[in-house]
Amino acid sequence: MSGRVLVGVKRVIDYAVKIRVKPDHSGVVTDGVKHSMNPFCEIAVEEAVKLKEKKLIKEVVAVSCGPQQVQETIRTALAMGADRGIHVEVSGKDYDNMGPLQVSKIMAALAKKEEAQLVILGKQAIDDDCNQTGQMTAALLDWPQGTFASEVTLEGDKVKVVREIDGGLETIKINTPAVVTADLRLNTPRYATLPNIMKAKKKKIANVKPADLGVDMASRVEVLRVDEPPQRQAGMKVETVEDLVGKLKEAGRI
Amino acid sequence: YQLAPGGLRGVTVLHISIFNSLLTAAHGLSDEQREFQKVAFDFAANEMAPYMAEWDHKEIFPVETMRKAAQLGFGGIYVQPEVGGSGLSRLDTSVIFEALSTGCVSTTAYISIHNMCAWMIDTFGNTEQREKYCPDLCSMEKFASYCLTEPGSGSDAASLLTTAQLKGDHYILNGSKAFISGGGDTDVYVVMCRTGGKGAKGISCLVVEKGTPGLSFGKKEKKVGWNSQPTRAVIFEDCAVPVANRLGEEGQGFTIAMKGLNGGRINIASCSLGAAHACVQLARDHLLVRKQFGETLSNNQYLQFRLAEMATKLVASRLLVREAATALQENRPDAVSLCSMAKLFVTDECFNICNQALQMHGGYGYLKDYAVQQFVRDIRVHQILEGTNEVMRMIISRSLLTES
Repeated sequence: MSGRVLVGVKRVIDYAVKIRVKPDHSGVVTDGVKHSMNPFCEIAVEEAVKLKEKKLIKEVVAVSCGPQQVQETIRTALAMGADRGIHVEVSGKDYDNMGPLQVSKIMAALAKKEEAQLVILGKQAIDDDCNQTGQMTAALLDWPQGTFASEVTLEGDKVKVVREIDGGLETIKINTPAVVTADLRLNTPRYATLPNIMKAKKKKIANVKPADLGVDMASRVEVLRVDEPPQRQAGMKVETVEDLVGKLKEAGRI
Repeated sequence: YQLAPGGLRGVTVLHISIFNSLLTAAHGLSDEQREFQKVAFDFAANEMAPYMAEWDHKEIFPVETMRKAAQLGFGGIYVQPEVGGSGLSRLDTSVIFEALSTGCVSTTAYISIHNMCAWMIDTFGNTEQREKYCPDLCSMEKFASYCLTEPGSGSDAASLLTTAQLKGDHYILNGSKAFISGGGDTDVYVVMCRTGGKGAKGISCLVVEKGTPGLSFGKKEKKVGWNSQPTRAVIFEDCAVPVANRLGEEGQGFTIAMKGLNGGRINIASCSLGAAHACVQLARDHLLVRKQFGETLSNNQYLQFRLAEMATKLVASRLLVREAATALQENRPDAVSLCSMAKLFVTDECFNICNQALQMHGGYGYLKDYAVQQFVRDIRVHQILEGTNEVMRMIISRSLLTES
């Protein structure tokens, strides 16, 4: 096995920013807004770096798709311990329309090119909440997938994944190469240390275009309109339990 | 945004807008410096801000948190890497302390004092001393204190009375130091003491380890702020310290002390900056929420103008600190004066900013449930220590009037 792990990292609007919809309802305001690495991608990077520290894998490659700014996100991954980065240049309309289908085609192409043993992704991005890229990547590669991972253990040429599912926890064992997507409880991402930030400067980030990977960026999805969630309506107070039951029946809730 | 333990509001949201507002502390920084800043902000928001009220209230010296900070490289930021430091510049250091301060001024200020001591040993120590002390200080396995001030000598530091009499291969120390940050809880004391005659030229710098016979401590002082670090008198009674522990030459101690303080002044000013930024953010948020006379306070022109003045002074302060940091890094002839100017201007202006922010909160500003009062209490002392702002004026005027 190559001992190489590919980790996808997405640059998203920071989780604590108050999102505002653009006046033309075509999307949300991103100009001048703080961006950071998607929290689930941080968890994915942390898991890959831990595997390398345990000497179970040899190299962690951080991948991000987007314009120039995504290099910041790759650098953060490098500062956390990834060995090198790949910046897949996507900008303009292609970037605006980029979704899980395009990213998974890119990840699949890179996984083959880099002969990756594992592809670790965050389970979903906090901007679109799609939760599709990992699954699509596995399908395109015809690789097994261990999604919503809360525990990952490499066992020879297999990987044991404990998955968080509605009913509780499911443990599966899949062959490598495989795709794993990270859930919240998989680990707690480390802070980058000052020495690692400086070392990250010397690590390489390769530039690649989707066309070089044979990927067609055309989107099959068109966003028609983006709106804020409806304002929360005022509730009402009732005097007795009978009143409450009556009101619930009126509203068709029971 | 949740209320942190201890009911502290508003502090954890700071690191968000800090990057996208007019006040952003990230302008003019390199990509690498922004990375350092990000780590420091994240650490401050996650590891410090939720606890700052508790540390203040219960007077806890947060050893474990500081050691976590040291693991990230914050224990010896401008100490050389070969003895465990991070080898960064004064500007990098300022950016880091400014960010950490938004989480807890008092703890960050202590970390900066610790850094200053580690740097003094790194810069003026010989190989044995550097290898003996710096790695443990950089990892915060051991903590340090800077001992210059005495009951009888504050601003007139060169008149210090603690004597160090040479007897064979030891100095015998007698005297006491006052207001020592970390005193009693720290392990390594960098002590300025008199080995020679009167004045600055008779002063040497010795490293004294806790546990040395004859070293004892006064009671823990009760302070208005800086409560997450203990402050005690440090007492020497026939305390024997090996000559091998002397940093540099006899008579070089005062110079070493002052060189340490140049950096210390930038660090303290940086801590004030972080507090002021936090308070401008808190004030702004409060103005947008609090309503009186039928509208939010943010519609009141007096308060708008006040906020604008606070923000302007904050940005001006930041520029001055960063310029001073750059001057010190480059060893420019104006570095000492600039460091004094930065300390003077920034600690004064930032205190006023925090104080005005408190005023804007009305009665709520006076409650310990709200962070703004702690920022005010914590940075008040920055106008006093590491050289009073009056002494800063002495340094600056002397430089102006003796220039040819």
